[in-house]
Amino acid sequence: MKKELIKYAVFALCILLAPLVFSGNYLMNVLVFVGIHTMLAVALNLLLGYAGQISLGHAAFFGLGAYGSGILSTTYNWNPWLAMTVVALVVGGLAFAIGFPILKLKGHYLAMATLGMGIIVYIVFNEWVAITGGPSGFSGIPNLELGPLVFDSDLKNYYLVWSFVLGCVLLSVNLANSRIGRAFRAIHDAEVAARVMGVNARLLKVQVFALSAMICAIAGSLYAHVMTFVAPPSFGFNISVELLTMVVIGGLGSIYGSFLGALLLTLLPEFLRFMHDYDIVFYGGLLMVMTIFMPGGLVRGIPDLFRKITGLKNKKGGAHA
Amino acid sequence: MELGNQLLQYLLSGLSTGAIYALIGIGFSIIYNATGIINFAQGEFVMLGGMLTLFLMETLKLPLWAAIPLAVLLATLVGLLFERLAIRPLRKASPISLVIITIGGSILIRGLSMLIWDKDTHALPPFSSEEPIMIAGATVLPQHFWILGITVVLIGLNKWFFSHTISGKAMRACSYNPRAAGLVGIDVRRMVLLSFVISAAMGSLAGIIVAPLTMTSYDVGVMLGLKGFCAAIIGGMSSGIPTVIGGLILGVLESLGAGLISSGYKDAIAFVILLLILFIRPQGLFGKPESERV
Repeated sequence: MKKELIKYAVFALCILLAPLVFSGNYLMNVLVFVGIHTMLAVALNLLLGYAGQISLGHAAFFGLGAYGSGILSTTYNWNPWLAMTVVALVVGGLAFAIGFPILKLKGHYLAMATLGMGIIVYIVFNEWVAITGGPSGFSGIPNLELGPLVFDSDLKNYYLVWSFVLGCVLLSVNLANSRIGRAFRAIHDAEVAARVMGVNARLLKVQVFALSAMICAIAGSLYAHVMTFVAPPSFGFNISVELLTMVVIGGLGSIYGSFLGALLLTLLPEFLRFMHDYDIVFYGGLLMVMTIFMPGGLVRGIPDLFRKITGLKNKKGGAHA
Repeated sequence: MELGNQLLQYLLSGLSTGAIYALIGIGFSIIYNATGIINFAQGEFVMLGGMLTLFLMETLKLPLWAAIPLAVLLATLVGLLFERLAIRPLRKASPISLVIITIGGSILIRGLSMLIWDKDTHALPPFSSEEPIMIAGATVLPQHFWILGITVVLIGLNKWFFSHTISGKAMRACSYNPRAAGLVGIDVRRMVLLSFVISAAMGSLAGIIVAPLTMTSYDVGVMLGLKGFCAAIIGGMSSGIPTVIGGLILGVLESLGAGLISSGYKDAIAFVILLLILFIRPQGLFGKPESERV
């Protein structure tokens, strides 16, 4: 537990001090997105990596958060913080309700059902023009305010978003190392065995689904208030797949791995701007190569690789001696 | 137009799109029964069928009758490569890894098609005249008859293959119990490969026959694939008649929904049905519930 605390402290310190090293509006803006993606990836990882339940529709919760906050605070003039809280609770409740039938499904069927759910929500964003603005999007969403402080610059947004990320990481790390976290791992490894040992697998799965959806909704609210504009393509099937890629690349069941995945997949497209149309090919190839050669993700794959290389060196050395 | 004629119109066009869903759904079921994998790249074979035919006709100036078999052949080759390069190395992996790898494959195929061709939508010429035929007040394009005819032939062939040929019977044996099938001398790995070959061939042909009606582009595979999967789910993942009925039900409901309710929500209808079936009758409309093996 102490080790976890130190890891978290180092992580938090790096995040807080990062603006001293990296500056400039463009980079700050990119890092804000890294933060939002980290929240989403951590949320999906809680479900996929810990409880072993796949979701191909998480972009829907992200979108519901973004549209919910945007519409309530703009069309209905709600206080943005209130809108964010209410939307998070509503989305969490919604996920809890559909969690019962949807998480009864397993493996491929669960993947398809969540995918179907995601697409239905996406279609509603596009078609309910009177409320969502349809394909042309929804604009004029206010920035968040805290007393005299208005979050309207990239640096301010950086601290806003990352303080949420830090909270969310702390919550997740704690959860993963608690009794509930151990129960999740038991469900992941052998659900029937876990149930026999007295773990209420069904309820736990639904609860983590709801929690995961809630974190996504909060990330969505932040996105809406930071961008002040939302449009359906940011919440489509591709985004769900992108989130999945982040989690898989970082490493299933590793909170910091999700951060790594989010960082990599947000920065790479920025640096690879010159090959803009190739990025989809790149994602697909990366997903396949990673699942075949590095099923544990970067957090486990890189140390393994390192060990293999040093192991080879030692063997060579032994042969010479 | 009066309501009766209108309904007939929706019914007829629904049946022909339903036939396409049925063909794609059967492709899903064949792979699922042989391997236990839901192949998320199934829709990409459908896209490849249409896009390859177009490519062969426009760039290589082949006539339609030559382009179609060649396109099916090429798409089948892609299916074969996909199984060898992506699925076989992962045979023992968890369902989640398999879902992820087939998604990766589908993104890769889609992305490469976008780069090789373009992002535009293209029309394939219809197989015969474009002159619509009047049936009891409803206008029907001849292409609808091509779709229905080819689907009937394909389903017949499929039925014959699975019940009258050695390979077909061997594949069925693998779907009941791969280990037992291996023990009696069936090469299970070859049967898995064969299932990908058949699905890719059927999927690509479905993509070709529908392309003159609905146009084709690098990304048509996503929706068509998902709806084919809905058909297979309604049919309880059967590679026979139940999935065909599933496809037809879906096609007709969608066409009625689009005509009578709203065309914008047309795609949502399929997914609402998918979710309802998965929640209420995961074994399909016609199946009996299975007890879970631990």
